[in-house]
Amino acid sequence: MRYDRYLLPLALVLVWQGLSLIKAIPPHLLPSPIKVLSGLRDLMVIGMPPGHLLPYHILYSLYRVALGFAFAALLGIPLGLLMGGSTRLRRIISPLIELLRPIPPLAWIPIAILWFGIGIKSASFIIFLGAFFPILINTISGVTSINPVYFEAARTLHANPKHIFFKVLLPGAIPSIFVGMRVGVGIGWMTLVAAEFTGVKSGFGLGYMIMTARDIQRPDEILAGMLIIGLIGVLINGALRAYESRIVRWQ
Amino acid sequence: MALVLIGLSKVFDTKNGDAPLHVLKDINCRVEEGMFVSVVGPSGCGKTTLLRIIAGLERSSSGKVLIDGREIAYDTDRIGLVFQEYALFPWFTTLQNIQLGLEIMGIPKRKRLAAAMNYIHRFGLSGFENRYPRELSGGMQQRVAIARTLIIDPKVTLMDEPFGSLDSQTRNDLQAFLLSLWETQRVTIIFVTHNVDEAVFLSDEILVFSSRPASIINRFPVDCPRPRDRTSPACNAVRKRVLEALEAAKKGPLPAAQESEVLPSCRR
Repeated sequence: MRYDRYLLPLALVLVWQGLSLIKAIPPHLLPSPIKVLSGLRDLMVIGMPPGHLLPYHILYSLYRVALGFAFAALLGIPLGLLMGGSTRLRRIISPLIELLRPIPPLAWIPIAILWFGIGIKSASFIIFLGAFFPILINTISGVTSINPVYFEAARTLHANPKHIFFKVLLPGAIPSIFVGMRVGVGIGWMTLVAAEFTGVKSGFGLGYMIMTARDIQRPDEILAGMLIIGLIGVLINGALRAYESRIVRWQ
Repeated sequence: MALVLIGLSKVFDTKNGDAPLHVLKDINCRVEEGMFVSVVGPSGCGKTTLLRIIAGLERSSSGKVLIDGREIAYDTDRIGLVFQEYALFPWFTTLQNIQLGLEIMGIPKRKRLAAAMNYIHRFGLSGFENRYPRELSGGMQQRVAIARTLIIDPKVTLMDEPFGSLDSQTRNDLQAFLLSLWETQRVTIIFVTHNVDEAVFLSDEILVFSSRPASIINRFPVDCPRPRDRTSPACNAVRKRVLEALEAAKKGPLPAAQESEVLPSCRR
């Protein structure tokens, strides 16, 4: 049944609503689903802060993620392909990567603000850091996991290095590259919201919206905002997946 | 376009300080153009290494590979290799796989697609030109691999146990298929196999290799008229001789004195 996947969330929502109706859950801590939906309506029509409507928050956040992600992919994929193809290069660069990778992107916030000030540059930088490492690591492993026999088959067909790159290395690595991108954008999306907690210049952004809702004690809008964030995450992932299956039809 | 192997040896260095691995010892051989030669020998004796050296994927430790009296130039001389595991590029369709060699050679698109479609029809792959390897049966994949190799018109075609992973019915079909190809196209084929029946059915000559370090300990012409009947007494006689030689082969290479008695034809 295709609708299996909606059973559990639906059940949870029903239980939650039921518990709220009988006042088993304090409404100022956890508003009922219906209250959350009305909060969602308020976000769209009134805005939080008032006048800043939900669609604009979404757009600003998406823009920051897109920017950070684009840089992460533009740097991570070529570097990953080069490092995947060269043991020597891997040996030289890996220690630096391994040192930087465990630092949570959010730990970079103070230095990002110092370097770029508050605004889109620092926010995108944090997202870039979140997305970069999964993209790089997956691209490298995409290359190194290509069965060597394919390189040999190409050699017996007299492939020069350009052929090897476009006919073996790139197609062989693309599935992993997509995995890296999906993980990267997922992490990027998560770090964005937190990065926005620190403040945005424009006054728009989903993280900023939630923080403002907290400041004036509107838990219904907080939850509505979280719901939107989750849904957008699902949509982004789904979109990438769909794009991926069009490009990678051979698996 | 005779292929001549002179004094080929291959030694692999091992990492742990163990003794180096002598895989091939003093291989000398001449394969005339258009001949179908099979190589049989115990498992792991270096037959694949020999093919890889001829194909240019490995360098020999000593000795030479000559074609038409000169050393092979791997950037111009085309040596085809059909791998045991087919090695079809999984991200390319049948058509894309087959035409790849021509694309690399710079043949214009229309010509190479036409040539590839020609092979697809001849090889019974019609309807599958836009399928990916994972959608093809083992027998079909192997046919694609052979097409991909033959389309570039190699001077020598090397085959490394190409039918090894197929069931015996498909195997027989592909043997017949390969023979009919060879009879029309007369490519020079060096065919590695474990299966003596297969070698007897297909080849003009059978080279028997010893176990490691491998050298050629026997060379049998297959005196059996074509089209071959697998069950004929002539075929059986050859099979018997090859099997006996294989038994002896498991014991190792011959001492140098005996080699020259056994292999006058290889020491030209």
